[in-house]
Amino acid sequence: MTILIDEKTKIIVQGFTGKIGSFHSYEMIKYGTNIVGGVTPGKGGQTHLDLPVFNTVKEAVKNTGASASVLFVPPAFAADSAMEAADAGIKTCVAITDGIPSHDMIKIKRYMRRYSKSEKMTLIGPNCAGVISPGKALLGIMPGHIYKEGSVGIIGRSGTLGYEAAQQLKNLGIGISTSVGIGGDPINGSSFKDIIEKFEEDKNTEIILMIGEIGGPQEVAAGKFAKENMTKPVVAYIAGLTAPKGRVMGHAGAIVSAYGESAVEKVELLQECGVIISKNPSIMGDTIKQVLNGKKN
Amino acid sequence: MNIHEYQAKKILSGFGVEIPRGGIAYSPENAENKAREIGGSKWVVKAQIHSGARGKAGGIIICNSPLEVAQATDKLLGKKLITNQTGPEGKIVNRVYIEEATDIRKELYLGLVFDRSSECIMVVASTEGGMSVEKISQEKPESIIRSKIEAAVGMQKFQAREIAFALGIKPELISRIANTIIGCYRAFSELDATMVEVNPLVISEQEQILALDCKMSFDNNALFRRNQVSELRDKTQENVNEVYASDRGLNYVSLDGNIGNIINGAGLAMASMDMIKLAGGEPANFLDVGGGATPEKIVKAFKLILMDKKVKVILVNIFAGINRCDWVAEGIIQALQKIEINMPLVIRLAGTNVEKGNKILKESKINYIEATTLEDAANKAVKALKELTK
Repeated sequence: MTILIDEKTKIIVQGFTGKIGSFHSYEMIKYGTNIVGGVTPGKGGQTHLDLPVFNTVKEAVKNTGASASVLFVPPAFAADSAMEAADAGIKTCVAITDGIPSHDMIKIKRYMRRYSKSEKMTLIGPNCAGVISPGKALLGIMPGHIYKEGSVGIIGRSGTLGYEAAQQLKNLGIGISTSVGIGGDPINGSSFKDIIEKFEEDKNTEIILMIGEIGGPQEVAAGKFAKENMTKPVVAYIAGLTAPKGRVMGHAGAIVSAYGESAVEKVELLQECGVIISKNPSIMGDTIKQVLNGKKN
Repeated sequence: MNIHEYQAKKILSGFGVEIPRGGIAYSPENAENKAREIGGSKWVVKAQIHSGARGKAGGIIICNSPLEVAQATDKLLGKKLITNQTGPEGKIVNRVYIEEATDIRKELYLGLVFDRSSECIMVVASTEGGMSVEKISQEKPESIIRSKIEAAVGMQKFQAREIAFALGIKPELISRIANTIIGCYRAFSELDATMVEVNPLVISEQEQILALDCKMSFDNNALFRRNQVSELRDKTQENVNEVYASDRGLNYVSLDGNIGNIINGAGLAMASMDMIKLAGGEPANFLDVGGGATPEKIVKAFKLILMDKKVKVILVNIFAGINRCDWVAEGIIQALQKIEINMPLVIRLAGTNVEKGNKILKESKINYIEATTLEDAANKAVKALKELTK
């Protein structure tokens, strides 16, 4: 078992026929992901990568039975597309798009509150690398071959730092159940807490690796949740020890503006919650290995 | 993106926030005329730079005659002001704002930001205006009033009234303070702002409610739909290298150390900087060339790093995902054919086709130090630096 997606999940691509959408759709299909079609308004009825193109998400869902989507729509139109997916009954939408205004993100999240919990879409991202359940499905832009199948659940903001972790684990012979990129924006679809909660329920996930960074309250909120509700161990690395206060470090959300948002403070607060800290990014894999070995003994 | 005080004032006054009479000046003559135009007997000359705490740095001068206004302007224009927010290099004053002086009875604080945990717009107010919000929260935390506003519905009049009453404002002024708060809220929400700060918001002896100093920041991701805001950008207030970088699609932040970094991805860049620090070095910059790390971006990145004269060693750390290390290696070699580098260069490649990438680098004529892991790369960069300074 995995979280969010597996080999059976029927997936559509929003922004299917664009250059970036086409490139990554091809890669996802090559990985074995069950892509069943795509949406580009105005191109409905055409065929792209041997798959049907629809004008609206509702049409795509009706004709293909898709339950998940991946979104490559440009930033100015991305909020609209995410709300369209929510309204069409998509259960998981992964927004890759970088550069969505924060005011638009607030609007999407407010819009989604109209649905009851069972009908509500899980939005992952935006500005993220996507979701991969190794060996089963890839919904995003990550290089599939560095992810080995296994039992570590990964959640992170950054793309390449997540790859770094996957590679370290693979080199140690350790695999991953699902890896989720929640993105680098200040306001995002799913938080660290939302995802660790799913990993706690997933039978195949034994341990969770949380790769956080400076800025915002989410890592600590997840730590507090873990302390009170989780049985599985949580390991964390927080990037940005050397980041100056008040400056945006690449990700729009990576800015220290309040107490508890710097790397040092986050590490302290997480330790208080019983989260095991990987002190530097070079030993994320080793730290997981140690905890797993400790569990067996 | 940040803007100047006078620009923020102009924007807010369009939303019904009252401001003292004033005008911008680019020369002492200009300033003197502005003072006469404004009238009265007392003026304030305010240096326009992207920083708070200007008063302590000598950037705000009270004048009693138009002649003094001209003299103060002469003193400020072209000067670099160093405040506790500008860093040691300071910020240049290219224009001053001349404003009528206000007789202050009471100073309040008003700020609006995104609250990331509730995903609402948070209004913060305090009776202790005039000092920074950090200082207020340390010294007078009990004076702080917070109100969360649901962005989809917008701020209601009662919410603004509640804040005004909590500030202890007398009943005759409540409705005007509430209108000021709503004006700031509307500016925040209608212009894709990320921060609006009026500090101080004053009640004058004449019972006017005036925004005496204002700051606004905007969401860079929303500038595409806010032309009138993006036109307000003043590149002279930004670090030269950071402007060069942002104009070329690179994410760059200048820092104080001497190990220059070229990295793909913001998280990996922060992680590499952390490793440098742990290895005993100091990073000269944060630089994210983007997940793809295309050869063009790498050339631009080398040029940018070399513009920073502090840099003594360069560390390149690229994790090739969808792209491949062999392709990244070709990009680095191409870049080094165009640019001469006379300092130690540490390269760490990882990910897809790493062996092939390292082979290409080795067989090329470039002079570099190969590294395998993140830790190895940071250690080698710090070691190279130490050998230089021996």
